[in-house]
Amino acid sequence: MSLRTRLTRIWEFLIEKAILLAGLACVLFVVLIFVFLLREGLRTFSHISLGDFLLGRKWYPISSPPRFGILSMICGSGMVTLGAALLGVPLGLASAIYISEVAPPRLKEVLKTGIELLAAIPSVVIGFVGITVVVPFLRVAFDLPTGQTALAGAILLSLMAMPTTVSIAEDAISSVPRRYREAALALGATHWEYIYRVALKAAAPGIVAAVMLGIGRVIGETMAVMMVTGNAALIPHSLLQPVRTMTATIAAEMGETVKGSDHYAALFAIGIVLFAITFLINFVADSFLHRSRVTLR
Amino acid sequence: MTSVTKQKIAFTILGGITVLVALPVLLIVGVIVKHGLGAISWEFLSTAPSDGMREGGIFPAIVGTCCLVVTAVVVAVPLGVFAAIFLNEYAGDNWLTRLVRLAIINLAGVPSVVYGLFGLGLFVVVLKFGASILAGGLTLALMNLPVIVTASKEALDAVPQTFREVSLSLGVSKWKTIRHLVLPNAIPGILTGIILEVSRAAGETAPILFTAAAFYLPGLPQSIFSQVMALPSHLYAISTQVPNISLETRYGTALVLLALVFIVNSFAIFLRARLRAKRRW
Repeated sequence: MSLRTRLTRIWEFLIEKAILLAGLACVLFVVLIFVFLLREGLRTFSHISLGDFLLGRKWYPISSPPRFGILSMICGSGMVTLGAALLGVPLGLASAIYISEVAPPRLKEVLKTGIELLAAIPSVVIGFVGITVVVPFLRVAFDLPTGQTALAGAILLSLMAMPTTVSIAEDAISSVPRRYREAALALGATHWEYIYRVALKAAAPGIVAAVMLGIGRVIGETMAVMMVTGNAALIPHSLLQPVRTMTATIAAEMGETVKGSDHYAALFAIGIVLFAITFLINFVADSFLHRSRVTLR
Repeated sequence: MTSVTKQKIAFTILGGITVLVALPVLLIVGVIVKHGLGAISWEFLSTAPSDGMREGGIFPAIVGTCCLVVTAVVVAVPLGVFAAIFLNEYAGDNWLTRLVRLAIINLAGVPSVVYGLFGLGLFVVVLKFGASILAGGLTLALMNLPVIVTASKEALDAVPQTFREVSLSLGVSKWKTIRHLVLPNAIPGILTGIILEVSRAAGETAPILFTAAAFYLPGLPQSIFSQVMALPSHLYAISTQVPNISLETRYGTALVLLALVFIVNSFAIFLRARLRAKRRW
């Protein structure tokens, strides 16, 4: 064997190992993220129980003694997410149906590009438009002392979840096998009857996944929410009150804490909660997606 | 009511809702262009802010964002493309493959602010990079890794299996087949993914807030260990934390950021359209 061939062999061996390593690195990063959140955050639970942390109503991180209860933020995130889902899910699914089944090809391309551009707008820009347009509008429309409310956050977030929900639901509806449509139409169904009696049922797992991934995006969204929801750490009773979400708390307070302090650890603990929630949502959504692929094959 | 009338009503409602969903894109862009265009001048783009951000331009923020994006791309592209090659070309149907796939799905779902926490914990504190271009760029790279892996994997997957079979049957090694046959055919799709990463990295705020971004710096960064100003964090700062800034300056900054992201994105859309038209198989 010539030297040249041997060098090529070695080179290929190294490249293939590098490729394997790159794949393993992705797993490593997830583990690292988790480990780092735990490393910095778990300390919180040495002086406060998990129950008191999750269900405590008071968040006074720098008073003495400090209080670290995040119930108001969990409710804040929950309220904003629920509002965004109520607004966004019906609208998103309707557009997904329209784009995949009804729109003529040219219009379809235009709409898909539009949705893609919506996904491209940075969240800080959406938050900025929220401050300058949506918040003043809500204040006047509902005659409120401030327009910085859960509703403002829910409106912006429903918009931001739209690209995820629409594109995944559209995919699911488009990939319903052709023979289902042919069978339905041959039996005398109209196109609309095919859509809501056959296509939506066949695509159901994919649609569930679309909604869940949209919600996952909403829970994790930070900048836009922080800019428009007023950030009051109170348990909200209506969509028209200011709220503070878990993400906004981390982003707003991390800059001002002393590294290594109890406050710093508590913010990481909120990160653990967020990580756990989004992990669960993505895991379940993916299993729905997998199921939809298997049933539609 | 006949079923045909029902269909007409249903389709009209669906169309109306779709317009309602698409409209905000135009509104957002319209509002920002209308109010921001007046602020854009050569001076705005090429000078540093002065007088507590109220005067001057946004030049250091533009430079900072470019530095962060370049760092993120340099790190994420090789890693992401290699991971995609692993998933698409080498991995069998076993637990390891499923684990890597699950990891990528999970990376895509981690909230941006949690990446910020991770970047702070690992790069800024443990590895002692401090708040710097390197720490922020690495955080952005990790965050956008799933975008590159997914896009590259799709591009590789679209190369017909027969191409590989022909090459392998001629005695070409697996890596050479990938390097000289599969990759060249997948390049436009991979590029699309990279461009999308650039546009996302340019617009992200939460991950760089505590890993790279400075509130105000008069000069330009000296090395990858310098803290920088960045466009998105600058927009956040001037629209929430500094009082008495003219609305025009704020809209101007938003316009520059939006324009940057849209230009990069339209390039990706253009590339993809050309790719679809030119595909020969």
